[in-house]
Amino acid sequence: MLTRRSALFGTAMAALMFSVPAFAAADLDLPREKATLVAPPFVMTHEQATKAGPKIVEFTLTIVEKPVVIDEQGTTIPGMTFDGSIPGPMMVVHEGDYVEVTLVNPATNSMMHDIDFHAATGGLGGAELTQVNPGEQAVLRFKATRSGVFIYHCAPGGPMTPVHVVSGMSGTIMVLPRDGLKDQNGKPLHYDRVYYIGESDFYVPRDEKGNFKSYTEIGESMPDMLDVMQKLTPSHVVFEGKVGALTGKSALKANVGETVLIVHSQANRDSRPHLIGGHGDYVWERGKFANPPQVDQETWFIRGGSAGAALYTFRQPGVYAYVTHNLIEATLLGATAHFKVEGKWNDDLM
Amino acid sequence: MVHRLKLAAKAGLFAASLVADAAQAPSADVGSDAPETVAVAAAAFGYRLAGDFQEEGRTVDAPKETRSVASFRIMKYQLTGAQYDSCVAERACPARPKSQSRAPRLPAVMLSFEDASAYAAWIGAKTGETWRLPTDEEWRAAAGTRARDDATGLAKDADPSERWLAKYDAESAEAKDEQRLRPIGGFGANEQGLFDLSGNVWEWTDTCSVRYSIGPAGAQPMTTNCGVRVVEGEHRTYITDFIRDARAGGCAVGKPPANLGVRLVRGGRTISGLIARIKTIFEGRVAWL
Repeated sequence: MLTRRSALFGTAMAALMFSVPAFAAADLDLPREKATLVAPPFVMTHEQATKAGPKIVEFTLTIVEKPVVIDEQGTTIPGMTFDGSIPGPMMVVHEGDYVEVTLVNPATNSMMHDIDFHAATGGLGGAELTQVNPGEQAVLRFKATRSGVFIYHCAPGGPMTPVHVVSGMSGTIMVLPRDGLKDQNGKPLHYDRVYYIGESDFYVPRDEKGNFKSYTEIGESMPDMLDVMQKLTPSHVVFEGKVGALTGKSALKANVGETVLIVHSQANRDSRPHLIGGHGDYVWERGKFANPPQVDQETWFIRGGSAGAALYTFRQPGVYAYVTHNLIEATLLGATAHFKVEGKWNDDLM
Repeated sequence: MVHRLKLAAKAGLFAASLVADAAQAPSADVGSDAPETVAVAAAAFGYRLAGDFQEEGRTVDAPKETRSVASFRIMKYQLTGAQYDSCVAERACPARPKSQSRAPRLPAVMLSFEDASAYAAWIGAKTGETWRLPTDEEWRAAAGTRARDDATGLAKDADPSERWLAKYDAESAEAKDEQRLRPIGGFGANEQGLFDLSGNVWEWTDTCSVRYSIGPAGAQPMTTNCGVRVVEGEHRTYITDFIRDARAGGCAVGKPPANLGVRLVRGGRTISGLIARIKTIFEGRVAWL
């Protein structure tokens, strides 16, 4: 179900454009709910299981083109984002719900964008039906028929698809089973916290001395960037769009005894998450909750173009590093996050 | 044990040299090649010891002692790329990576302890004076309010994770998360007129990494590892002497130094300084040195 609204002209109308309500489908007599998205690594408020029937959950994703600093040297890429963050915010619904997304491409942007939901069926995941030029918006509704964590990304076609993705345009939707997560024996599983870690690979061109070149306009960077991309060797592999985005003052937090669900997405490239000093108690490596989780995992594998989920109960306080266990990527290219875990030291464990 | 004896001998000699230096007041700069220096007055100050201190098998805060340093002269700014490259041009220092900016007023970074030592020897020979890395004590005396006390204030029987988290939080709170170099002077001066201390370039010291055990008789050094030196900046840390990029050499958790650079002391007689001087005097004649 799609509606495409053509641009409303002039800046005076811009405010009005945003106030246009999401297209109300009269054909579904279901309750509606407006979701409030939050920037990763945090996740919107949601129920882990629900007794209510299916509903239509309304989301608005605004595409923001802006320069983004991706490391501590100040290397800047012409970023393209959903809602201003890399990755885009994690959406949460339950299996059988309808996801109704208003995709807004403000007139201040310069490029055409769209959105492909791996959770959706048909229409190239919605990409075919959501192409919006600057100043336009589209409403896409799809039914969440399978549970799991799924990538969404921009897919404007041809080489522009990877260019948009490796410039920041991917995120995740979590479709929870209506009765919540379960272990391999069907026993319910719960989490006290959920973090969404979105891994990105960036391909920043270098100057003749080997230093990264900073750009603010995608048109300016693209020819050089495509050259780097074709070598398939990223200059940066990072979580939350920047080297160190989840360390130090921004380290993730948990307490001993708390169970944390870690959702990890990689829209373009393989990754192998590992929690140094911890484990994956229950891991849906391919991210799809109808399958039994694997237990007691050491390192798990995220296939490029997918999201996975790991559930872990912290048993020991301290600092944990969460890395992709290609340690070159973790230490030299940036793919390291830290967990700060408070609680009482367990002498029996160590 | 060998290391310990060597260290003790060195410390004795160093103390003697401080007395000698105090007698002859530090002189002004000589020669255009020499980096600009400022005088740090003789002072007694509260010094939090460098090293790892263990009590009953657990890491504890290092003791704080009153230490006196004689007056000395230390570089006003960190060594610049241009200054270091003069040494490279004479093949006395290893070249910096090509990717490092050649802008003249930027600090020289990606320097290891060995690079720093090579530069000190070269500028010493060039100026006919002794240049050397500061000891950690001297660095702290010079840094004044720019030196960070790394004590956690936690009790000795604190949960080990508490100390770890406290250290992590303190280092994170200080972190500028900025690796890009600023021209020298960019982080301002401290109360003694030294610029850029604890900016985003860490500085090597001459002090070796020491592990102490605290018992009834006080702190006793157990092992001394001079392959690892004390590095000072936003926070104090310990780095292997051949490392140039501490981010790659650092541990999995914690905030590694963003950049490694150099600030030298002019004057003062360490063993290596003495050898350098002897070498200068007998250059070409005493080949076995």
